[in-house]
Amino acid sequence: MSDLYLPETPSQTAGPYVHIGLIPNQAGFDIFANNFSGDIAGPDVAGERVVIEGRIFDASGHIAKDVLVETWQANAAGRYYHPADRQDKSLDPKFRGWARTGTDFETGIYRINTIKPGAVAGRRGRKTMAPHVSFWIASRGINVGLATRMYFGDEAAANAGDPVLNIIEQPERRQTLIAARSEQKGQTIYTFDIHLGGERETVFFDV
Amino acid sequence: MTPEYEFHQRDRDIHPPAFTPVYKTSVLRSPRIPLWSLQNSLSEITGPTFSRDELGPLDNDLILNYAKDGKPIGEQTIVHGRVLDGNGRPVPNTLVEVWQANAGGRYRHRNDTYIAPIDPNFGGCGRMLTDDSGYYFFRTVKPGAYPFRNRVNSWRPAHIHFSVFGSGFAQRLITQMYFEGDPLIPHDSIMATIPNKSAAERLVAKLDLNASLPLECLAYRFDIVLRGSRQTLFENKLHGG
Repeated sequence: MSDLYLPETPSQTAGPYVHIGLIPNQAGFDIFANNFSGDIAGPDVAGERVVIEGRIFDASGHIAKDVLVETWQANAAGRYYHPADRQDKSLDPKFRGWARTGTDFETGIYRINTIKPGAVAGRRGRKTMAPHVSFWIASRGINVGLATRMYFGDEAAANAGDPVLNIIEQPERRQTLIAARSEQKGQTIYTFDIHLGGERETVFFDV
Repeated sequence: MTPEYEFHQRDRDIHPPAFTPVYKTSVLRSPRIPLWSLQNSLSEITGPTFSRDELGPLDNDLILNYAKDGKPIGEQTIVHGRVLDGNGRPVPNTLVEVWQANAGGRYRHRNDTYIAPIDPNFGGCGRMLTDDSGYYFFRTVKPGAYPFRNRVNSWRPAHIHFSVFGSGFAQRLITQMYFEGDPLIPHDSIMATIPNKSAAERLVAKLDLNASLPLECLAYRFDIVLRGSRQTLFENKLHGG
């Protein structure tokens, strides 16, 4: 590291009580008037309503029940709510695109109520990326937050051409990022389990 | 369509590795396969933005934001500093969230069963946006040390957890701030996950007597640095900015 730049502040684990700061209701108390949540598809948001849910497993196959889950995604037209996204697509003023939740202390399930994003231009405007949701997870035992992506199982053609999935050398490992679609009780569910280690270890990215 | 900038590659040598047996919980929660290196696209250089009207007026005052019938017990403390990026530029209007134990070392959390009492007037969390110069501050009581299950007799030094966003999701960071002079720091297994000593020292906030309020409140200074970014100068020039 050259002294031309300031070195980044090092990461530390979010610890077992991450909920206090970031999702205090799950910690067991109410403090802020306005809370961030995993329900981000309000009534005025454009797009197909979908539920993303799953569990997070440790390397021994046990469910991790204290994990913070954050997601970031484009709107239904495929544009991010951010000034650096200058794609010629419509912005949705009601959709920030960011969700935060935790895996449940009893079941280990996390759940995000959102909309399905559109496809986004790839790096430097080249190959279009298939619709996807960026994940970032942090918890006790995770020293640096882990970044991954979820792709949609019903987008086989787009996924086959996705420039990010295709840089993953082993084709079978790409499958760890693809969520199966199902219909349950009138809802569209994408099931996205994350494996922190073990034989089915999820692909994580150094972004 | 072309990202105007992209983040500098994260210097993984200043961060703890994922697998750190000194902190036992990391062993089963650490990927063994190398991370796939991913050059930035729009998905990485963008990230959530927040506005001041989403926060309450007491959100950055942990002394008052959960006060029920009095103030929390403990050393009244201001923590303040700037959020900068690797280029030395301030990171304005970014969300900083903090959480901590009370003065006795007990967290207000359903899973914390430590014998120290809950403080009825202390929630233990706060949040704020940095101003245009990247500056943030909050008021709290200094947290206590507490034991945790790692080795037979492991104790955490007093610390405050920080969550910071930056301008793009790839800058997302969670860390912990410690207090200058705490004798538990050299014994801490979480601090010990950071192999680079000078990096670890940057997590130790300095006593800032000049910022202390006489007869009222001590102050500590903690600056945070997020990843810097590179402008894509050539493309901007070629395309006329």
